[in-house]
Amino acid sequence: MSPATTPTLRQDSLKTDELLVNMGPQHPSTHGVLRLVVRTDGEIVRETWPHIGYLHRCFEKIAESVTYAQSVPYTDRMDYLASMNDGVALCLAYEHLGKIEVPPRAQWLRVIACELNRIASHLMAFGTYGLDIGAMTPFFYGFREREALLSIFEKMSGGRLLYHYARIGGVCRDMDSDIEHDIRKFIVQFKTAFEEYNELLSWNAIFINRTANVGVIPPDKAIAWGLTGPCLRASGVNYDLRKRRPYSAYEDFEFNVILGEGFRGTLGDCYDRYYVRMLEMMESLRIVEQALDGLPEGDFQAKLPKILRLPKGEAYFAAENPRGELGFYVVSDGKPNAYRVRARGPSFCNLSITHEVARDCLVADVIAIIGSIDIVLGEVDR
Amino acid sequence: MKDLLDHLHNDIVLKVLPIAANVPVHLVYIGGLLLASVLVILWMTLVAMGWIWAERRVAGFIQARVGPNRVGPYGLLQSLADGIKLLVKEDIIPTAANRFLYELAPLLVFAGAFIPFVVLPFSQHLLIADMDLGVFYVLAFGALEVVGILMAGWAPNSKWSLYGGMRLAAQMLSYEIPLGLSVLTVVILAGSLNFNEIIAWQTRGVLFNESWDTPWILDWLNWAVFRSPAAFVAFFIFYIAALAETKRAPFDLPEAESELVAGFHTEYTGIRFSYFFLSEYCAMYVVAAMGAILFLGGWHWPLPTWDVPKPGFIAAVAAGLGEIDYSELGLFARLKLFLANALWHGPRETVEAFFQPATLKFVLVETFGFANLVGKAFVLLFVMLWIRWTLPRVRIDQVMHLCLKVLLPIGLACVLLAGVQAALLSPRPAEPAAAVVPAAPVEPEPMPAVPPQAEPDADMSPARADEAT
Repeated sequence: MSPATTPTLRQDSLKTDELLVNMGPQHPSTHGVLRLVVRTDGEIVRETWPHIGYLHRCFEKIAESVTYAQSVPYTDRMDYLASMNDGVALCLAYEHLGKIEVPPRAQWLRVIACELNRIASHLMAFGTYGLDIGAMTPFFYGFREREALLSIFEKMSGGRLLYHYARIGGVCRDMDSDIEHDIRKFIVQFKTAFEEYNELLSWNAIFINRTANVGVIPPDKAIAWGLTGPCLRASGVNYDLRKRRPYSAYEDFEFNVILGEGFRGTLGDCYDRYYVRMLEMMESLRIVEQALDGLPEGDFQAKLPKILRLPKGEAYFAAENPRGELGFYVVSDGKPNAYRVRARGPSFCNLSITHEVARDCLVADVIAIIGSIDIVLGEVDR
Repeated sequence: MKDLLDHLHNDIVLKVLPIAANVPVHLVYIGGLLLASVLVILWMTLVAMGWIWAERRVAGFIQARVGPNRVGPYGLLQSLADGIKLLVKEDIIPTAANRFLYELAPLLVFAGAFIPFVVLPFSQHLLIADMDLGVFYVLAFGALEVVGILMAGWAPNSKWSLYGGMRLAAQMLSYEIPLGLSVLTVVILAGSLNFNEIIAWQTRGVLFNESWDTPWILDWLNWAVFRSPAAFVAFFIFYIAALAETKRAPFDLPEAESELVAGFHTEYTGIRFSYFFLSEYCAMYVVAAMGAILFLGGWHWPLPTWDVPKPGFIAAVAAGLGEIDYSELGLFARLKLFLANALWHGPRETVEAFFQPATLKFVLVETFGFANLVGKAFVLLFVMLWIRWTLPRVRIDQVMHLCLKVLLPIGLACVLLAGVQAALLSPRPAEPAAAVVPAAPVEPEPMPAVPPQAEPDADMSPARADEAT
């Protein structure tokens, strides 16, 4: 049975011991409008088919009819939890095609924004994963820190969730000492909170029992199915675009790439993916500290013509989003709007492994697996 | 004033008295039962609504936020507002649902949660039925809930409800075994299934010495938990099994919000849903009260509860009134005669008799006992809330593993240990004071010569039989 087709139960082939159950699209736990069709034998799941498309908003088609600058805000809505990173990725793709030089200060500001947003995104993943597993309190604790972050983002860009901070050639506003002070306060606050999160979930025996040895993705399978980001690194594959193909001054920072190692169970299980995200939050904090300490002076945006025309050609550029590799393939024919923009969403590729992994497990495990892959439907459907 | 009382006495009391004296005792019995039932249901509704409020507030504080605080002071009327909202909601029954089962299920669950109140004491004498099978009664009606939940899972014809119902049936049925075993531990040690006797056993006997009168500060050592290592372990088994029986987190799979929307009560709205909701909190109170009674000494400590003579309130008042000896009568006969007596002597004398020291002491003791028991039950309930908002959910196969492979063997070991302890420490039957030295064997008397069948079955001869009839 191919993943694309969902079987229907016909009367003459009635398998009385298997149920075809529909989870979603409205469901408290599928992280958005995702429909999972699950074939179950009692409590055991035999096969899962994810159905997507409920949040498709034609980003790629729209990008053909608006100018380059106008297309950037649409990316905010793709992965709405990592809005800074999305904008930066598309701007990088355009800058790569147009050979546009981004001033150093703008690059460092982009790094601060992206890493803070990584923390916010992983906090959301942490909170909702706790909710999926049944612990309702870590969600609120995570949001307490997220609230501080969202206030910082509001000062930086004017928005709490969708920022349009990254512009082609730089960022939209400069950072002043007020924002820097807030970020430093947040850094201190987060270090204590992180211990709390670990005590609530990471070391909790029930949580470990629910997530260790569940949904194991071996490294070769992870690569074969196109996984990127924490999901790939949790399976032990050392692939981080910030180190592999540094962009936006990432080569100036010192940080580790967190790899999974079977912390509590097998390499590449749900706990690994969860814990890799937790540790990545601390690494992002390190990067932000370094960035604040060494922020260069200068312009925050390059000088660009009002109507930007990119030279004819095509370019692909990918950034390391909290969920993986967000890549944009841009084809330009010299006009003010792009000829074609293709978005390679990390959640789309990460989600595709569900059919392979969520089989011969329990219904509760399917929830744990989907939660650990950490998808955002806006990115899956674009 | 005196005229009014005289008028009251002569014109009304003297006319009512003959009627009152002739009220059959059965009606008084039923009347008393109804009154007690109404009081208990009122209490339980208040407790359920209060704990729903408490849950939301406690959840709020644990989650770094404030719970309901708008409806009434500190949000106290929130449960009432929710109850009214649920009452006025549209009653939706899915088209393909099995209507009879759908409507019956909440009632069975409700019954299973409320019926144990018949035997649960609130204080030494504040209970509806002092059954000798009290513990067994509660466990039996806890099992009734499972039937209701299976119906609730099947009836709405929804896959999600079915999942929830099946999971819950497996969980509740399995956890009744460790629950029963832990209860059995205390029952073996105490030697009775009667709640009051179990509590009475917990009033003295620490360090296995029945005659030592423990000072008040150490009275808590008499509790079952501290008297026996078997009971100590059994307490934790009881608590875990109680969490699973009442479907509380971490065993709240059947209502796992993130997985099954709401599990077996997904399709229920309005008053039907409130049946499930209220009975969950009532069942929580029942198991918490059972835990307090069986393991933590019930109404015994810290507030003092002196030994009040068994006849109690009625006889105390009657002693104040001075005329009738009530000690030989049953409770409701006493009540009837008391009413008649009170009406005869009039309200003034009844009130004076009420405020006799014996009666007041009784009321005070009962209030203290109530406060003790309810306080302990509330502490256990608070810990249930605390656990719910801290721990994640356990997967169903892990739930079953915990029950059958961990709690069951430990429970059996507890029962074994309790049996050994009870056998070793129970008082032996008293030896006779003087050892009887058998004298020379006494010859049995020679049997009187039996006439050789002189009148064989004379009574049964047909002739005599006819004559007899």
